[in-house]
Amino acid sequence: MAYIIQGETGDWEIVIGLEVHAQVISKAKLFSGAATEFGAEPNTQVSFVDAAMPGMLPVINEICVEQAVRTGLGLRAKINLTSVFARKNYFYADLPQGYQISQFDQPIVGEGELILDLPDGSTRTVGIERLHLEQDAGKSIHDMHPSKSFIDLNRSGVALMEIVSKPDLRSPEEAGLYLTKLRSILRYLGTCDGNMQEGSMRCDANVSVRPVGATELRTRCEIKNVNSIRFVQQAIEYEARRHIDVYESGGTIRQETRLFDSGKCETRSMRSKEHAHDYRYFPDPDLLPLVIEQSFVDGIEAGLPELPDDKKARFMAEYGLNAYDAGVLVAERISADFFETVAKGRDAKIACNWVMGDFFAALNATGKTIENPPVSAADLGALIDLIKDGTLSGRLAKDVFALMVETGKAPAVLVEEKGLRQVTDTGAIEAAIDAVIAANPDKVQQVRDGKTTLLGWFVGQVMKSTQGKANPAMVNEMLSKKVLG
Amino acid sequence: MSLDKDAVRAIANLARIEVRDEELDHLAGELSNILHFVEQLSEVNTDGVLPMSSVAAMTLPMRKDAVTDGGIPDLVLANAPEAEDGFFTVPKVVE
Repeated sequence: MAYIIQGETGDWEIVIGLEVHAQVISKAKLFSGAATEFGAEPNTQVSFVDAAMPGMLPVINEICVEQAVRTGLGLRAKINLTSVFARKNYFYADLPQGYQISQFDQPIVGEGELILDLPDGSTRTVGIERLHLEQDAGKSIHDMHPSKSFIDLNRSGVALMEIVSKPDLRSPEEAGLYLTKLRSILRYLGTCDGNMQEGSMRCDANVSVRPVGATELRTRCEIKNVNSIRFVQQAIEYEARRHIDVYESGGTIRQETRLFDSGKCETRSMRSKEHAHDYRYFPDPDLLPLVIEQSFVDGIEAGLPELPDDKKARFMAEYGLNAYDAGVLVAERISADFFETVAKGRDAKIACNWVMGDFFAALNATGKTIENPPVSAADLGALIDLIKDGTLSGRLAKDVFALMVETGKAPAVLVEEKGLRQVTDTGAIEAAIDAVIAANPDKVQQVRDGKTTLLGWFVGQVMKSTQGKANPAMVNEMLSKKVLG
Repeated sequence: MSLDKDAVRAIANLARIEVRDEELDHLAGELSNILHFVEQLSEVNTDGVLPMSSVAAMTLPMRKDAVTDGGIPDLVLANAPEAEDGFFTVPKVVE
């Protein structure tokens, strides 16, 4: 459904392109042997290369190249066997070289695509413009001293993949879905952990607006370094509204870099970046062109895991799940694996209902994660088996599940301990029914006079007198026979 | 291609080099001369010729992904004009 903003002069649509900086998972940095781990003491993971000491030469880390190619393949993108590193020149306190080693006109990965999973179960393909490798900058901390900024170079030189989308996104919601899907793919591939809070995935949003029906692209503004999906959406919404207000009051939009203030929920101009777009790129004379073999690419491709789109298609075909359920389950590899363990050899739809329903609810309620779940996949599977073999009714199973979450015990153990076994013995159920009938002759008469809705009340009474253990289907059937004849 | 005073002023500003106004004309002339000298190369037809990146037939050497460096904060900070608590410190740069 198209996202339209109503202005005073007419309807507007948003044009959004996203640039995501994804920190590559590697032990050492892109061009040095210093460690990349998050949270170390300041400047302890810095080599002379990262600190830009004179005479130091960068040497590329082969795993970073491999990770970039792997990500490119995951985005169904063209891999460029020859790519070139360039210097992007700008001045900032946490950039000791005075330039960032990046890639400009010859990136390692070219055009690809990413498929958005929309909430209604449909999909939409968004173009990927390119992916290139580059160095991260250091970190500036501004709140430790009244007149000084503190600089930590631990992050300086860590490998980043800059993944640039085409201006194909049309709403804040689509931007959110794009980021969610990209993060999911990166995590499947093991090329970036996707942690936006720690800054290992950061997003810049390019936003412009145009009247609905127009095809030209208007001047865009770039909103820098937004660190959560929700903030990206809020920033886009605010920025689009600002553009429309400017246009409708007769003004023009200036291309500029803006900052999102999450406290005030607005964007504002970054004056320091006024001349920043003049980066004076040129090929880095310290680095030869990066040339890789097709066999290297083929080897990586052969080792790719099943990715979310393929897994989703398989879950729909193999297990008969709908697009929405399949999409939710495959978003994280670990939840997909959890579901498959539960579903193996069992009714997949029942397994899906339990995982998506009670299990996910239990994760929320207990605050636990699926890596350390309150109920294991094996135990949840065993619970479903107990329903299938008639030991538990669906209703009892929910009680047992709650006890499993509480105690961590296996379902069979709990059934024995608490005596929760379903009663399927006809004699016992009959006795319970007879007792209820005998105690309520007036209500029996009402049912016989046509008030059949009262049967439900009888079922409730029988279940109550058996502490919920009677098989509900048998109770229903036997009650009807006895009361109605 | 020639550079005017404004272009030289902008380049100096981007490079964080302080240039006095009275030096701009002279520098614009010098830099323009350098550009003119290099521009002679464009007289050669290079259609279909790939840029040469090295005189030796070499490709980019690669390194294994192993932590072999770092852990030398004192050395890294040794030449810093100012440092505090293991950080470089600079005049406050914040929006």
